[in-house]
Amino acid sequence: MTVSDTFFQAFLAIRAQILRASLIVLAMSIGIASVTILTALGESARRYIVNEFQSLGTNLVIVLPGRTETTGGQPPLFGETPRDLTLDDATALLRSRYIAAIAPINIGSAPVSALGLERETTILGSTASLRRVRHLSLAEGRFLPEIESEKSLPVCVIGQTIKNQIFIQQKALGQWLRINDRRFRVIGILASEGESIGVDFDEIVVIPVASAQALFNTESLFRILVEAKSKSAMYKAVTDIGKIIKARHEGEQDITIITQDSVIGAFDEILTALTLTVASIAGISLAVAGVLVMNVMLVSVAQRTSEIGLLKALGASERQLIELFLAEAAMLCLAGAVLGVLVGQFSISFLQILYPEFPLSIPGWALLAALLVSLTTGLIFGVLPARKAAKLDPVLALAKR
Amino acid sequence: MIQLKDIYRDFQVGDQTVRALDNINLNISQGEYISVMGPSGSGKSTLLNIIALLDHPTSGQYLFNHQDVTKLDDNALAKIRRENIGFVFQFFHLIPRLTAAENIEIPMILAGINRQERQQRVMQAVASVGLSDRAKHLPEQLSGGQRQRVAIARATIMRPAILLADEPTGNLDSHSGIEIIELLEILNKQGMLLIIITHDHHLGKRAQRQIHIVDGKINLEK
Repeated sequence: MTVSDTFFQAFLAIRAQILRASLIVLAMSIGIASVTILTALGESARRYIVNEFQSLGTNLVIVLPGRTETTGGQPPLFGETPRDLTLDDATALLRSRYIAAIAPINIGSAPVSALGLERETTILGSTASLRRVRHLSLAEGRFLPEIESEKSLPVCVIGQTIKNQIFIQQKALGQWLRINDRRFRVIGILASEGESIGVDFDEIVVIPVASAQALFNTESLFRILVEAKSKSAMYKAVTDIGKIIKARHEGEQDITIITQDSVIGAFDEILTALTLTVASIAGISLAVAGVLVMNVMLVSVAQRTSEIGLLKALGASERQLIELFLAEAAMLCLAGAVLGVLVGQFSISFLQILYPEFPLSIPGWALLAALLVSLTTGLIFGVLPARKAAKLDPVLALAKR
Repeated sequence: MIQLKDIYRDFQVGDQTVRALDNINLNISQGEYISVMGPSGSGKSTLLNIIALLDHPTSGQYLFNHQDVTKLDDNALAKIRRENIGFVFQFFHLIPRLTAAENIEIPMILAGINRQERQQRVMQAVASVGLSDRAKHLPEQLSGGQRQRVAIARATIMRPAILLADEPTGNLDSHSGIEIIELLEILNKQGMLLIIITHDHHLGKRAQRQIHIVDGKINLEK
């Protein structure tokens, strides 16, 4: 019996019981659809987060004042430190040969006003290096000038939202912007970036770090962003940063160093695990579908007993009978898988329309896995009924009508 | 062609052993026309099933073309059946979802014959049983006599040496019964060994060799 004949005969048998066949296909497709949809959601969440972190910069190391305590209390807590992270600390980091650039960051909130309009917004004090470290791009004008970080200068770079709200339909470049009681000249406007890990650069005003220190009357930095020279230099840079700060802080390494890699890695792992867990739970529905396939195939064997007896009398071998029934199970499951993938794809497209910002797609491996899993399920659960058919005694089977 | 020596067949019914065949000895040569008669439960069908290789004797020797077939496995038996034996049943045993032509095609599908040759042979077979205009009909759209013709076409499509018919007219009116018997006799004249089981003495007497079975024993042979 040729393969195409086997499948054609199995197809004829399926066609003769269209309602029952469509119920199996439905059950299988629900399982496959739920697995693909959940995998797509998890996988998209993972890629979204990883992309967000990657867009922060390249080979980025973040230095925070205070240290994560691993003893006492509810960890992790940021331990209190009497020593602030200062501009001098930041400048000192440049001594490491693994560090390409640093951007000290000072952050605060203040009212900004111009031309009679005022609003409260986030003021970010930094240096010219911030642009390089955070990969910022400008829509107009230029970024903060390259000056010594201790020098204050009354210039600022503003985000798109600030420009649109304060300088409504007017040229913002070259205008004065009042922050608290100081005046800053607008020298650049940031290109719209969208939100990135909680910081919305559209709603921000960037001024030189020394000016921000004066504005908020504080010496301490919020954090220091460090760009390592390469990926491999990143871990050496981390060691150097620790050493330099320790030397400057009376032998105490009271800072927390976060590498971009470790953050991405952690999120990557968590979300991958989550995706797999959710997909396995959905996989249970596939097992249920498999049991259904077995049930229906058993009924099919019972109903076609005399037909099986006839086939045996006409010279069908056990193997041929097993192949016939397995082909039937496989076709049902494949049809279910194809339908399930279509339903999954359709639902994902629908969700994509509802949430356009969230990048949704079913990964290729998930599609392949769905097809393979359903086929395997069908074959595993089809073996028992098929063997049952093949082992029937032809005399008894023929006697049954 | 077929040699049965000291064949016994016992069935276990509850805790009782029922002897369906009791020391059967039979030699059948190619091209014979044999009728097997006897009351219900006498063992006619069991004898036919054993000759057909569908059932195994409890003891005894069965030589099929000088080959001892009692020791062969199911697949080897399936192959012998496929190539040498055609069946005609009382209840036709057509597959209801397949057309007449498709039913006739099945033995060739099992034998792995290619599609083109199958089509051709089905056409010839349908014509030879006079059902050319009914080839695309489902069994339920055919009369009893027509169904049995389809079954005969299916039984002979592999050109077997042996044709076994278990009460082929048992479910037909006398007119179509005679037609079927005549069709089978034509096949016998072409050289096919024909064994018919029947209740009907009138039909049984048409055979050159008549075997009467009572209580599992051959009690009369003409």
